[in-house]
Amino acid sequence: MRKFRLKSLEYFQARPLPAWGGDLTGIDFDNIFYYIRPTEKQASSWEDLPPDIKNTWDKLGIPEAEKKYLAGVGAQYESEVVYHKLKEDLEAQGVLFLDMDSGLREHEELVKEYFGKIIPQNDNKFAALNSAVWSGGSFIYVPPGVKVEMPLQAYFRINAENMGQFERTLIIVDEGAYVHYVEGCTAPVYSSDSLHSAVVEIIVKPGARCRYTTIQNWSNNVYNLVTKRAVAYENATMEWVDANLGSKLTMKYPAIWLMGEGAHGEVLSIAFGGKDQHLDAGGKAVHYAPHTSSIITSKSISKDGGRASYRGLLEVAKGAVGSKSKVVCDALILDEDSRSDTYPYIRIDESNVDIGHEATVSKIGEEQLFYLMSRGLSEAEASAMVVSGFVEPITKELPLEYAVEMNRLIQLQMEGSVG
Amino acid sequence: MALLELNDLRVSLEDGTEIVKGVDLDVSPGEIHALMGPNGSGKSSLAYALMGHPAYEITGGEALFDGQDVSEMGADKRAQAGLFLAFQYPHAIPGVTVTSFLRSAINAIRKARAGGEDDPVPIPEFRKELLEAMEHLKIPRELAQRYLNDGFSGGEKKRVEILQMAMLKPRIAVLDETDSGLDIDALRIVANGVRELVGPETGALVITHYQRILNHIKPDFVHVFVDGRIVEEGGPELAHKLEEEGYEAFLPEGAEA
Ligand SMILES: Nc1ncnc2c1ncn2[C@@H]1O[C@H](COP(=O)(O)OP(=O)(O)OP(=O)(O)O)[C@@H](O)[C@H]1O
Ligand SMILES: [Mg+2]
Repeated sequence: MRKFRLKSLEYFQARPLPAWGGDLTGIDFDNIFYYIRPTEKQASSWEDLPPDIKNTWDKLGIPEAEKKYLAGVGAQYESEVVYHKLKEDLEAQGVLFLDMDSGLREHEELVKEYFGKIIPQNDNKFAALNSAVWSGGSFIYVPPGVKVEMPLQAYFRINAENMGQFERTLIIVDEGAYVHYVEGCTAPVYSSDSLHSAVVEIIVKPGARCRYTTIQNWSNNVYNLVTKRAVAYENATMEWVDANLGSKLTMKYPAIWLMGEGAHGEVLSIAFGGKDQHLDAGGKAVHYAPHTSSIITSKSISKDGGRASYRGLLEVAKGAVGSKSKVVCDALILDEDSRSDTYPYIRIDESNVDIGHEATVSKIGEEQLFYLMSRGLSEAEASAMVVSGFVEPITKELPLEYAVEMNRLIQLQMEGSVG
Repeated sequence: MALLELNDLRVSLEDGTEIVKGVDLDVSPGEIHALMGPNGSGKSSLAYALMGHPAYEITGGEALFDGQDVSEMGADKRAQAGLFLAFQYPHAIPGVTVTSFLRSAINAIRKARAGGEDDPVPIPEFRKELLEAMEHLKIPRELAQRYLNDGFSGGEKKRVEILQMAMLKPRIAVLDETDSGLDIDALRIVANGVRELVGPETGALVITHYQRILNHIKPDFVHVFVDGRIVEEGGPELAHKLEEEGYEAFLPEGAEA
């Protein structure tokens, strides 16, 4: 691992900042602490957590469902997983759910087989940085045929000023197994810019299914530059549900490499760009095998001069006959100052395919607002309702508690503005 | 003093065109008023202006609701005070179910009435009331889980407008051509529904082109509206006369109905 880190650091230093996407020049790499250890050792139960950490969690308002499933929660607090306890029935099924550091320690063979294989350390500048300095994150292994019924959940947050968070997650879903991993991110406000640059690698083996849900609400000074990629083998299904609010700049395009015949991939992405925010989000689907299918649905909202862009890649390799893909991106622009762009990159090397792309741009209609206000809703409530409705095709895919949370976040985003 | 009181009310479009040219009208709880008039005479414009649509400005006279000048209130405040408009062309809100929309609207009104404190309706109570009202208006249950007016048929939209009235319990309801687009059975069901909603707490102003709905609703007063003004007033018999003779007698010299 040490060699891997050093090599990655070289790659990171050698690569220039990407010139596309968003403005990255505000990141001061010398002024970020790469590792902070919040407590000396890991807590193994809720009671063992230090009180100040518990208080912060209470203030964050972790949803009820979260509390209910706390036995299965891995939470990241200042770069270190402090609380991590596996539900007993999961253990009995042979499911591994650990923080990444423990995963590497306790299951070295398994980790080594996949770590850095889906996203090579030199994949991009930020993946290289993560590979060099990573700490924390989750490691999950689901044995063949095991279907994990409840979502595995983790709450991530950044707490210290100027602290980069570089968690690293690896999920292996063995043949015919199923898991749903939920990652929620909220961050308090800081005085200076902060960097979050995670790497998530997922392997979905034949006939397996994995869903990875993110609700992210970083504070307005966070650079959120995340590389997420999954490979799906024969008849496997990979689904990314990715809701992005907040941050100063987000660049995130969850990817699915469809490597086996009949594999299916879906990306559902929400990006909400408010004042001084730029969200560059989307998804990638790469078809390498015959009869693979993918659907990318993107909903972006921009408001108060914010920017929300869709950036997506669709690639079909020669030989991936009978593959199907559909990309739908809808943008909702809430005022004249805000902006939405679409950058769909498409590379098709096979003629026997079925590809669809639709894009719409709309504005909230005065008539819709008046209709809702005539029923007693304030202007902010009425706009929040239209926005919630706009993203509903995605929120309905979230676990109920998170859908409620998501709508609450939208409401908060809307309230600041009106008047 | 009437609950809704219009004194020489004038309404203009943003470009300054005057559409409503001096209307005097009083509506109180317990009363049903019918407003009848030719296409383009300004009935919907009057209704929009009362509800607070930004494109229809009150440029003269006054509209008082419970003694308060509505021109100083936003549409939300008017609704919270107890004014309601059943739209001639209701708007679709994709992604928002009828149920969740109704609950939000009820809670917004309850909050306003509780002086700004949240006072959400208990869910079992809400559900019970919603199911009863839907049953009463013969609205199929699955409509409650559909997105508001999204892909609804013309008749479904109109029924859901009255469902909203039943749930929000306004003090004065303006119904803009709620009868158009309804089949004969639906017309009877909706009209009876409206009739039952009017009572000591609620009055209605029913805008229509047809006698049919009035047979069920039985208005106390009928007003004939031509070119932005009320030109004739009377009891239910006036509606029959209009049905037979048309508006010709009320039109200015040389104009055609
Ligand atoms: N927003 C608008 N912009 C331009 N003209 C308008 C607007 N609203 C109303 N008008 C015009 O004002 C006049 C009155 O329209 P209104 O819709 O109030 O009539 P109405 O009496 O409701 O007619 P109908 O019986 O056909 O519903 C019409 O000539 C119409 O074209
Ligand atoms: Mg009209």
